Amino acid sequence: MSTALHPVGAAEMRRHRFAGAARDTFAITRRNLITYRRVPALLVFTLIEPVIFVLLFRYVFGGAIAVPGNITYVDYLMPGIFVQTVVFGATNTAIGLSTDVQSGLLERFRSLPMARSAVLTGRTFADLGRNVLVVALMAVVGFAVGFRVHTDAALFLAGVALVLLFAYVFSWVFATVGLLIGDPESAQAATFPILVPLVFASSAFVPVSTMPSWLQAFAEHQPVSAAASAVRALMLGGPTASLVLQTLAWCTGLILIFAPFAVWVYRRKV
Amino acid sequence: MTDAAISVAGLAKRFAKVAALSGIDFEVPAGTVFGLLGPNGAGKTTAVRVLATILRPDAGHAEVMGYDVVHDAAAVRFQIGLAGQNAAVDANLTGRENLRLIGTLAQMPRREVAPRAAELLERFDLSGAADRPVRTYSGGMRRRLDVAAALVRRPPVLFLDEPTTGLDIQSRTELWAVIRELVAGGSTVLLTTQYLEEADRLADRIAVVDQGRIVADDTAKGLKDQVASTVIEIGMEDEELAGQAEAALARFSALRPERDGTLIRIASNDSSKVLMDALRRLDAESLTPATLTVREPTLDDAFLALTGKRCDDCLRAEPETRAAAVSGAQASERSAA
Repeated sequence: MSTALHPVGAAEMRRHRFAGAARDTFAITRRNLITYRRVPALLVFTLIEPVIFVLLFRYVFGGAIAVPGNITYVDYLMPGIFVQTVVFGATNTAIGLSTDVQSGLLERFRSLPMARSAVLTGRTFADLGRNVLVVALMAVVGFAVGFRVHTDAALFLAGVALVLLFAYVFSWVFATVGLLIGDPESAQAATFPILVPLVFASSAFVPVSTMPSWLQAFAEHQPVSAAASAVRALMLGGPTASLVLQTLAWCTGLILIFAPFAVWVYRRKV
Repeated sequence: MTDAAISVAGLAKRFAKVAALSGIDFEVPAGTVFGLLGPNGAGKTTAVRVLATILRPDAGHAEVMGYDVVHDAAAVRFQIGLAGQNAAVDANLTGRENLRLIGTLAQMPRREVAPRAAELLERFDLSGAADRPVRTYSGGMRRRLDVAAALVRRPPVLFLDEPTTGLDIQSRTELWAVIRELVAGGSTVLLTTQYLEEADRLADRIAVVDQGRIVADDTAKGLKDQVASTVIEIGMEDEELAGQAEAALARFSALRPERDGTLIRIASNDSSKVLMDALRRLDAESLTPATLTVREPTLDDAFLALTGKRCDDCLRAEPETRAAAVSGAQASERSAA
């Protein structure tokens, strides 16, 4: 056989099996970030949407919403908006993955000796990168419309970190949805009925105590409320530890379910 | 490891209620081109997807370079390159970024990735477009990049799934040259195609696939010999005359004529005698052929004989290229004869 070919021996294959996963994840992350750079419209519109939400709730609905204690609505709102933004943004993970399923690119990836999980970890890391940008922009917009941190810079940053962790976990939830559905339009439509109850029947925009009692039962025991309340406590003060622990528990539980589930669906699908 | 780079035994795969593969067997010796020829939906792509470890078969056994595609899938992936209708490149990346990505994911040593990508871009005449996003590429450029992506790691076994479907004649000829070069370099190629001419020109051995089964497995010459040694084509002025001529010839039982519009085709193993008989029959009915061709049988004739249908079915989607490919094949047959 000609020297031009490269048949691979067993030793080389074993070496790649372990060292390769990080390199594969990095390569796929980079590929997805390049897409955001090449299709600026994708990024611009994912940035505009949360700004509109801030303006809508700050200036349109905000005046009519009373919040307990002596904090202004904009201060109540911003921690919730941070969480809402990244949860809505996780839709992009579903759209991105289902686009790849449809394009046939995943088919090629599956014929390559790469880590099976890298397609998913690379996608979720790229979306985490996007979320860093989105959250930074939201902070700027928030401060511009009058949001003030009542605690200190360290706790504010801890709050931001919690938002990003929560965002990362939800990327895995919606990665699963994207893979299960497999075409971008349907995937986007499918995320809506999941997002709306989670985000609006939560403490993100209004105090849960204003809801009817049957709805409170749901709103008090779901991850978006836990995250919004925890981030609010970190940024505005009050009892914090139990809310943060609750949020971390949700994050751990969701990722333990959805990361293996998404990888399982990926292995089966395409 | 045997001499076979690819060996397939009893491979079967069902999708819901449809049997895509109903037990196929074949072997591809290292350093040769094996063609899977058949219409859309025959099961060619399913076979490739199983061999490329993308699909798990329901039954049967397949090995690539001695590794089992189910139990040793990870090892198989180090041996193969895949290009064709179902593989794809990323439209938002540039050609160069695509090749580098595939090289990295194919576990090439880091320092070799960039030079190899540059080399392939050069080889496939994409250097000028190397740093433009692929979405700006023409269909032919995209397909060349797709094939280049399959070659990044210099895999010993290549799967080319309808690599030239939808390409114009010039791009197709260029791609054929590349495939020949690869094989000259020692690669083993499994090629699927709907084009008889493509299989005829490239493949050392051809399996004709129809409805998930292999109906014939032979060299191009062997397949043609299974049909007849010679094909006589008699063209008439119009369809009415052609109908009369067909009826006249059909009464002469040894001829078994077949009519396609104004053209009557007779396959035989004794062409001079059959030709004389046919012309005498026509003369007796005062019918005069407008055209008369004696040629070697094409794969098209073989496909008809083997499956009972013309392979045109598969080509109907692309009338221009089909007409060009078929007339090209016939021209080359005539010049060979």
